[in-house]
Amino acid sequence: MNSNVASGPRDPVGQQAVYVFEAPVRLWHWLHTFSFLILAVTGYLIAHPLPSPIGEPSDHFVMGNLRLIHFISAYVFAIGFAVRIYWAFVGNKYSREIFYLPIWKAKWWKELLFEVKFYLFLTKDKDSTLGHNPLAQTAMFFLNTLFTFFMIGTGFALYGQGLGDGSWADRMFGWIIPLLGGGQAVRNWHILGMWIMLMFAIIHMYMAARADIMGRKSSVSAMIGGWRLFRDE
Amino acid sequence: MGIQKTFYEAMREHGITRRSFLKFCSLTAAGLGLAPEFAGTIAHALETKPRTPVIWLHGLECTCCTESFIRSGHPLAADVVLSMISLDYDDTLMAAAGHQAEEILEQTIEKYDGNFILACEGNPPLNEDGMYCFQGGKPYVEKLRRMASHCKAIIAWGSCASWGCVQAAHPNPTRAVPIHKVITDKPIIKVPGCPPIAEVMTGVIAYMLTFDRFPELDRQGRPKMFYSQRNHDKCYRRAHFDAGQFVERFDDEGARKGYCLYKMGCKGPTTYNACSTIEWNGGLSWPVKSGHGCLGCSEDNFWDRGSFYSAVNDLNVPGGIESTADKIGGVLAGAAAIGVAAHAAASVISHSRNNTKGGSSHD
Repeated sequence: MNSNVASGPRDPVGQQAVYVFEAPVRLWHWLHTFSFLILAVTGYLIAHPLPSPIGEPSDHFVMGNLRLIHFISAYVFAIGFAVRIYWAFVGNKYSREIFYLPIWKAKWWKELLFEVKFYLFLTKDKDSTLGHNPLAQTAMFFLNTLFTFFMIGTGFALYGQGLGDGSWADRMFGWIIPLLGGGQAVRNWHILGMWIMLMFAIIHMYMAARADIMGRKSSVSAMIGGWRLFRDE
Repeated sequence: MGIQKTFYEAMREHGITRRSFLKFCSLTAAGLGLAPEFAGTIAHALETKPRTPVIWLHGLECTCCTESFIRSGHPLAADVVLSMISLDYDDTLMAAAGHQAEEILEQTIEKYDGNFILACEGNPPLNEDGMYCFQGGKPYVEKLRRMASHCKAIIAWGSCASWGCVQAAHPNPTRAVPIHKVITDKPIIKVPGCPPIAEVMTGVIAYMLTFDRFPELDRQGRPKMFYSQRNHDKCYRRAHFDAGQFVERFDDEGARKGYCLYKMGCKGPTTYNACSTIEWNGGLSWPVKSGHGCLGCSEDNFWDRGSFYSAVNDLNVPGGIESTADKIGGVLAGAAAIGVAAHAAASVISHSRNNTKGGSSHD
């Protein structure tokens, strides 16, 4: 199911644009981004609640609403990711890049080393990959893909505590709680997971913007329109 | 002790009237969440079954489980259960001492091999061949292993026997371990808590003796009837949690108004126990009702979860680093932001330097 444009040579001399990010990938990217942002903010406020509103408890539902928004966003986050996994099977070759690292390919390691040098200002050449470069792919795999699994797992395990014993979340994810040493530990790891994903988001946004401004391939606009443009004259 | 008496006969011998006996049966049925007709089932079982001897062992512990147990809120239940389980051996409660006491263990193994219940309070320390808990000239762990190999089932009383509790807290100098780490070939029911609620303890024993099996257990081996809900789920201050009304200091207006103690570090939202429903001391009170957060004493490793007074606790990061998720995460995200800014600045400098040198071939 490779897109015919994207299956071209690795270094597309003369090729001006490659269709890299298919519509479902782009849609997921932004759903993932915005649901993560909402989850991070509401999650932080669940761990560190706002000042108490005055009056009868029946007049307010601050924590209730925060948790509701958190849970709805969590469903968007999780279901979106599930569809994204499906798309990795049926989408183009770039749609699979965030799910595995081709560590058995010598070329991949060579490019990874190149990228590390490139970002340390040790080389002035520019990268030749069409999709994610190996460094971006590595960061994406460890800090986004694996942590998305981790956050969905720990999140639904905690959600299952609220839904109750025998609920779907408890049956599917409840085993995570004793594995990590109890509900309180799961909470703390869940919070740390948020910070690590936030760290990734900061670096990711910088790298994308930098690639757009200084690199040879478009990045931010590629995640909006799908087409990656190259500035090789 | 040699004659196989039924529970009922044993109770009558202890001066309990039939009326009290039937009351106890109804109370137990209600306490276990069974339908009214089960009062009859329990009565019938107790009248016809030979009573099961219970051996109550004490390892490394503080005896708070026993203290809780003998203060069962319903004196009737406590009385009956005490005679009912025929505590053939309990270091703290029995009259016998020394060699006489230790003989009871061997007698029990002879007479009731594979037929008695082993109730373990506290846990065995394994370091120095178990020398940190020494009873009757032998390390406790040996006594535990010997009795366990002949028992029918094991009740792990309290957080010590279930999880390890304070003596197993970091750095655990005696290497105290919960019962299930030492005994792997017998069914174990965990009744955690520091101590467990008296009525929970009597309820579990009554169920086991009546029905000859464990009540339904959860994933971690705790009886579902008492440990399937968090204290948070049935907390009477839950409305304040949902409203977002929290105690900020123990002497503030919120504390006086009985707001939620979550911000004061209450572990109710992650603690499975029956405190918020059964309460303590015969339903008199429980930690949250007295104005203090739940410590999470019935949860695994609660001593090493950091402050009792903070909602976000220390992570047990391998290597012994003690820091909260927010501190570690804040540093990571902050470092990322600084790193990004520095890299951006370096990129601009590198770029302009290239341009002034005549530019690279790529531009």
